Amino acid sequence: MTMQRLSGWGRTAWTVADVIATTDENQIRSMLSSVGDRGVIARGLGRSYGAAAQNAGGTVLEMTSEHDPLGVDAVLDPISGILDVAASVSLDSILRMCVPRGWFVPVTPGTRFVTVGGAIASDVHGKNHHIDGSFGVHVRSMMVMLSSGEIVELSPESQPAWFWATVGGMGLTGIVLRASLQMLRIESSKVRVETERLGNFDAVCEAMSGDGEDDSYRYSVCWVDLLATGSSMGRGVLTRGDHATAAEAEGDDPLAYDPRLKVSAPGWVPNGLLNKFSIKAFNEAWYRKAPSQRHIGIESIPAFFHPLDGVNKWNRLYGTQGFIQYQFIVPLDRTDVLRKVIETFSAAGVASFLAVLKRMGPQNLAPMSFPTEGWTLTLDMAAGIKGLAELLASVDAMVLDAGGRHYLAKDSHVSPSAVRRGYPRLDDWMTTQEAMDPRGVWRSDLSRRLGLVDPRRNP
Amino acid sequence: MKNGVGVAQNIVLFGGTSEIGQSILRRIVKPGVSRLVLVSRDIDAASRVSQDLVDRHPELDVHHVRYEASDAASMEHVVAEVADSIGDIDIAVVAQGLLNENVDYYASPSALIDVVNVNMTGEMVLLYALASRMRTQGYGKIVVLSSVAGERVRRGNPVYGATKAGVDGFALALDHELAGSGASVLVVRPGFVTTKMTTGMKKAPFSTNPEVVAQIVEKGISSDKKIVWAPAPLHWMFLILKNLPIAIWRRLPI
Repeated sequence: MTMQRLSGWGRTAWTVADVIATTDENQIRSMLSSVGDRGVIARGLGRSYGAAAQNAGGTVLEMTSEHDPLGVDAVLDPISGILDVAASVSLDSILRMCVPRGWFVPVTPGTRFVTVGGAIASDVHGKNHHIDGSFGVHVRSMMVMLSSGEIVELSPESQPAWFWATVGGMGLTGIVLRASLQMLRIESSKVRVETERLGNFDAVCEAMSGDGEDDSYRYSVCWVDLLATGSSMGRGVLTRGDHATAAEAEGDDPLAYDPRLKVSAPGWVPNGLLNKFSIKAFNEAWYRKAPSQRHIGIESIPAFFHPLDGVNKWNRLYGTQGFIQYQFIVPLDRTDVLRKVIETFSAAGVASFLAVLKRMGPQNLAPMSFPTEGWTLTLDMAAGIKGLAELLASVDAMVLDAGGRHYLAKDSHVSPSAVRRGYPRLDDWMTTQEAMDPRGVWRSDLSRRLGLVDPRRNP
Repeated sequence: MKNGVGVAQNIVLFGGTSEIGQSILRRIVKPGVSRLVLVSRDIDAASRVSQDLVDRHPELDVHHVRYEASDAASMEHVVAEVADSIGDIDIAVVAQGLLNENVDYYASPSALIDVVNVNMTGEMVLLYALASRMRTQGYGKIVVLSSVAGERVRRGNPVYGATKAGVDGFALALDHELAGSGASVLVVRPGFVTTKMTTGMKKAPFSTNPEVVAQIVEKGISSDKKIVWAPAPLHWMFLILKNLPIAIWRRLPI
């Protein structure tokens, strides 16, 4: 028994669980046979922002292999680009192994410090969602341990219902042990990036719309200044690009890859360091730093995909109070709601250090997968802001009324009814979940808050 | 389950008709709270005093549980009944209490026994039952309504003061016992609060009202504090009062 206090990456809503660190199948199986009635959840690198990978009073199975003395448990087929990898391996390890061999992960979120298991459970997406979809659609098959201890192989062909319930299933259908991923061929470790400044929100939405040239870029995302008001409200810096060819990358070894961490955030950051004023100053500088005319440059993978990973433990920048990451999606024709949400936060004086807008492509087959065709806006804010619960509730209602939904991997506050309204296939998923886990062993603080697993089922 | 913006989903009030307790509920019931249990002796009275709160939050699922605050032996069962109706207890506000001001304890020792049973025996057993539950849950906050009266017990109502001194010390030690479990206790030390409990009594310095106490409790819950004073300056006042030599203390007009 190692009782440990856990939170998500946002450092809010801490709870205590018995943490068992293992990736050993037999050990997991024996733990499952004697599990208490507060259940089990698997945890990877703890990058989900809310309470998805913690389990108050229950068991948390910590499955990471960052320091595995045997190296990275992954096999890459150099012809097909299929990677057979343990779920505890991080995208960081995969990139270190595969980029020099000319293969890139099919989808990467804003951090490479997520495990394959976590990426599947959250069905993560990246800057290429409008072209390539989310992580789950690149999984060819996976080995999943059910709560009975049985290991099943799931694929979209052989077990579609169970496969898609596990994709985006927040770890509540079973423990992903291994997965086969289709990697993406690259010629270089560089990205050709086009950067342009857009003076207001209309310009941002227009540039990113599907009618324009946005679909000709594999990667596209826009940083938005939520504090700008008046005619420059919603101004942004749009960055789009694709993997550079060997010729574009130049240099002796176009596939050379060096993702070393640069600095660490100190542990003593005071609450309130990131406030309206400091963020306003940052936003102004960030906007001005971007070239006023469209500019084409060559960037490294970490600089383009994982800028925040350059600062180790950046989540401490909000101090001990922690922070909320708010990500929602609304249908393509509801840019009015995006505008209303931005105005609401701005009027309430909520400053967001990182606000990112992206147009997403079509939804996949997973009932609980977040992305649907539409606009997704992501912003973060200090958790200690006065009146935040009321403010978020009003924004939640705008999102849901517009037919939108919230991303569970980021969520730390929505109500059970918000999930019910936002995810119309919730009942389908719950039926499959119950078939896969009749005893209701898989539990997390997230599932408890949102009622994703019927509390009356007893492990 | 509590959420990331400090809102508790399931809240329980012991002493469901308590004015301070109700004021605390009015502050901590926000969007995100799903279930509320009022544990009281008189369910009708508890629903009457909570009517406005319930009206303002139609989404709130409200339960009532009847109990006798003095019946220590029943507490285990009461807490189990609460948990059966709502599941995990995120915040338990313990506001049961008996003041019995102006009672002649020389003439009626049974009145003394009543105060001790409600304020101490019943409450301590209740706190243990809650602590044990929250330890299993791996999280949870118990808010204990203590009083500055326990800081230095004064003549006039030594029984009340002594029970508050007892339960205050007990609650702090209980919080210590719970360290590392995820559960914790917040001890609230209000001064003179103008409520029905104190109607007709002479107001003491730094007297306050239930709304102020509730505001301080709300802040205390979201912090890691173990003790909050209402109002805050009482902390310093009692630091002095507590350390006065007996000869001076006894001359004070309190």
